[in-house]
Amino acid sequence: MNYTLDFGPVIDALPSLLAGCLGTIGLAIGGMVLAIVIGIGGVILRDSRIRQIRWLVLAFVEIIRNTPFLVQIFFIYFALPLAGLRLDPTPTAIIALGINGGAYAIEIIRGGVQSINRGQIEAGLALGLRKAQVFRLIVLKPALRAIFPSLASQFVLLTLTTSVASAISAYELTSVGQRVESESFRSFEVFGTMTLFYLIISWLLMRVFGMITTRYFSYPVK
Amino acid sequence: MSASSVSEPHLATKVMISMTHVEKWYGAFKALSDINLSVRQGERIVLCGPSGSGKSTLIRCINHLEAYQKGRIHVGGILLTDASSTINSIRREVGMVFQQFNLFPHLTVMQNCMLAPMRSLGLGKAEAATTARKYLDRVRILEQAEKYPAQLSGGQQQRVAIARALCMRPRVMLFDEPTSALDPEMVKEVLDTMIGLAEDGMTMICVTHEMGFARQVADRVIFMASGSIVEEAPPAQFFSNPTHERTKKFLGDILRKH
Repeated sequence: MNYTLDFGPVIDALPSLLAGCLGTIGLAIGGMVLAIVIGIGGVILRDSRIRQIRWLVLAFVEIIRNTPFLVQIFFIYFALPLAGLRLDPTPTAIIALGINGGAYAIEIIRGGVQSINRGQIEAGLALGLRKAQVFRLIVLKPALRAIFPSLASQFVLLTLTTSVASAISAYELTSVGQRVESESFRSFEVFGTMTLFYLIISWLLMRVFGMITTRYFSYPVK
Repeated sequence: MSASSVSEPHLATKVMISMTHVEKWYGAFKALSDINLSVRQGERIVLCGPSGSGKSTLIRCINHLEAYQKGRIHVGGILLTDASSTINSIRREVGMVFQQFNLFPHLTVMQNCMLAPMRSLGLGKAEAATTARKYLDRVRILEQAEKYPAQLSGGQQQRVAIARALCMRPRVMLFDEPTSALDPEMVKEVLDTMIGLAEDGMTMICVTHEMGFARQVADRVIFMASGSIVEEAPPAQFFSNPTHERTKKFLGDILRKH
């Protein structure tokens, strides 16, 4: 080992690496918001009265969960333009992350909804609330509480998966890092620093999820 | 007979609930067969019978938690159909108390009581809060208003559940074995609350095996078996002089237990 560490290029590139971190966080937040919307919407539609809609949700979940994320993001970025839908790398990445995370979120949130006692729903209905109100006001919060740890770890995974978006040159930490590395050849320093940054981002995210748990899900249960 | 004539004067002649030739099927299983029941305003009915006799199913048909397939149910003069607008307007008139309380765990006692009046009746927050405090006070649990359900005992939870139903100002209250899930020492506080409600003239149908309650409060006791109404009579007559074999056997079983 006569490799001498030289963090000079990393320090020079620090502003763009930090900007890359912000890009990563942006993709992650966008992806998570979309995933939550798809997750909750999918859970509602999965129990739709219309059989075709139920099948559509089921097919969506199966296709997304059984294919690689890289192929999904390539499909949106390279294949959809041939069908007339052309998107920039960043929106592409957010949509791909949201769709991918959403498919997992559907299954996770569904588990939470199924854990809710039927009596809760009946009590809501007996009080004259409509079905949609019962779901929104009575079922949703306890259901999310029940599965929040699973959802949180799925979202940490989603955040780390943003690095795959470097394959379509979306603006995020991995693509910035790769550029810095290819210009400086300081692989150890650059990828080491990126590792540290990803760790910090994950850790921050866990802190945020912890705060959400305390703030919204801390009501006492038996 | 004398007991019934004493308890008659509070009854108006107005029919609150009527069930005619009601049938309920679960697939090929007939859960209710040819149910005919008329409940007048202010009347207190106790429904009893062995488990699986259809008594819970019967009261759950009244607010359409269960659909029925044949016959007619009228609540407050409205025919209960499968139309969701009709179902909802009837549910707003009919309060229900469940065996398992079914309070919403993520809401405080106060919020449990305010949710439906605000979201279903469209009451403002202040008005809903006033109503909630009034009924929580009435079930003597106002001091627990800011607690969550899990912080209360079973008896307290059931009293909150009664208050929550009353906040909708229903014209009828249905009780589905309200004391069956309670520890023995908590049964009384819930029954006392129900007795108070009966004394105030609430129309009530109670599925319960609390025969002391039936004796004290009921205008009529109805005995069900195998999805049918087998016998109905004022409590004095029901307990001292049941006519059907199945009623005698049931009373023998249940009274031996106590």
